Amino acid sequence: MKQHDEEFIRKLDLTAVKIRKHIIEMLYRAKSGHPGGSLSAVEAIVALYFHHMKHNPKNPKDPNRDRFVLSKGHAAPTLYAVLAECGYFDVKELLFLRQINCMLQGHPVCTHIPGVEASTGSLGHGLSFANGIALAGKLDKKDYRVYVMVGDGETDEGQIWEAAASASHYKLDNLTALIDRNFLQIDGNTEDVLRLESVRDRWSSFGWYVLEVDGHDIEEIIDALLTASEQKNQPTMIILNTVKGKGISFMENNIDFHGVPPNEMEYKLAMKELDTAQKALEATL
Amino acid sequence: MSKKEMANPRDAYGETLVELGGRYHNIVVLDADLSKSTKTILFAKKYPERFFEMGIAEANMISTAAGLASCGKIPFASSFAVFATGRVYDQIRIDVAYSKANVKIFATHGGISVGKDGASHQMIEDLTLMRVLPNMTVLAPSDATQTRRLVELMATTEGPMYARIGRANASVLYKKEDLKDLKIGKGLVVKDGSDVSIIACGTMVAQAVDAQEKLSQDGVSVRVVDMHTIKPLDEKLVIKCARETNAILTVEEHSVIGGLGGAVSEVLAEDGSPTKFKRMGVQDMFCESGEPEELFEKYGLSTPHIVKTVKKLIK
Repeated sequence: MKQHDEEFIRKLDLTAVKIRKHIIEMLYRAKSGHPGGSLSAVEAIVALYFHHMKHNPKNPKDPNRDRFVLSKGHAAPTLYAVLAECGYFDVKELLFLRQINCMLQGHPVCTHIPGVEASTGSLGHGLSFANGIALAGKLDKKDYRVYVMVGDGETDEGQIWEAAASASHYKLDNLTALIDRNFLQIDGNTEDVLRLESVRDRWSSFGWYVLEVDGHDIEEIIDALLTASEQKNQPTMIILNTVKGKGISFMENNIDFHGVPPNEMEYKLAMKELDTAQKALEATL
Repeated sequence: MSKKEMANPRDAYGETLVELGGRYHNIVVLDADLSKSTKTILFAKKYPERFFEMGIAEANMISTAAGLASCGKIPFASSFAVFATGRVYDQIRIDVAYSKANVKIFATHGGISVGKDGASHQMIEDLTLMRVLPNMTVLAPSDATQTRRLVELMATTEGPMYARIGRANASVLYKKEDLKDLKIGKGLVVKDGSDVSIIACGTMVAQAVDAQEKLSQDGVSVRVVDMHTIKPLDEKLVIKCARETNAILTVEEHSVIGGLGGAVSEVLAEDGSPTKFKRMGVQDMFCESGEPEELFEKYGLSTPHIVKTVKKLIK
């Protein structure tokens, strides 16, 4: 384990709280969307965009940039909030998620949202898309890396395993995948819907290097991302052990909040909890 | 029938990829364990570093191609028409069409002339499936020469595209110089005539030309249009045919629902054209194993069928 500046990590934690506030605000205003899987994905995406990845919001198409593909496209609010906070587009856009005549579509689309690499929303495609980016990087001898986040339920899809085999076959060591292991999908616990365990054994049997971290511990995530970058001849899967709905007490591990936005009372309660968390973090800085 | 020069459009595809590969270094080729049949193997041998064998995993192939395209590559992804479209409709819809990815899906073994493999491998819905997708260009080259030219245009024209050819050898209809001005979206009048227009695509253009020769002996003047681009359809040419000839017949090695016949009928209906009109193709059914000629005969796509249908149409 590498020791990181504690204050730096706290600042990233604070960013994560801000992103959560955006998510709740966006979903409340949109009156639709997916809180649970957006909230569980926050720390990893924050760690990528605010620390680990080489990218430039002023030049979103820089051919040498690192790329991030959100394969679990229903966590779009998290990606949008992070992209806006990085400066890819105006933060005000977030208030118009899912509204007609507005930029931010219900699921990511690469044709007109700055910073979005792949159009996703139909599950199972993103890992293959990321493989394509990684193959192009190898072909062009570029040193960019590609990151892709998949949902745990998403790995029910057969295409994920086609892509898992392909990434390993082509020794895509410039590819790091992250699985948001929150154990919940729409119809219930992942192990009841379609058993996924052992996630670790599955990916390693496909030839992947597998790391496992607390998906809400930014320091652990950063260390894992760095370790993954140093792997040779094989892709890395980082299992993010997460909590669906993380950060809002009544949404945590509550499947009712997979695809249902907060009502007015829930919105106020959630914002109050996030304000408290924000103040506590600010006090330490 | 007169003895005609034959060539295989699949060879034309493979050879053109090799030629273009030398000219454009960003062309990459993907195949799903069928490179010997689709002829992408020719490119694989010449440019192994730019060829990606994806195994029997077509969904992964299409999405990977889209990822490659997002980095400025021009991917040609090939398989049989049945696996290159129906099996991967969702991947094409999101990663290629919706994303406006510069992916070229090139399918071989389209239609019933696949023959003995049977209905499981006889793709008769691909033109419909691809045509309904926004942003998608849909092509059906009619011979080896046109295949070469259209593959070249696919490589040099930005945007999502689908092209399909058949398995079998096809009559050579064109010389290279005939097609130097060929444009995607502009149909070709192969033979001019005034009584009836046969608008055909792919393998059926040669059948239509044969039918035209027979019909001219019987005093029927037939215009044959090679509608190599199903989308965007050359609507002006369709309407011109409706104005200048008394009847229109579409012929395709494809279901009569939603493909070339579907596209032409939409144009005619909205134009309010009183022109007599008939769609020839596979009726709403799955076919069976057999020799291509036997299948054309049984399912109504042989030259005599075209001749008979034209005569009935203009009676």
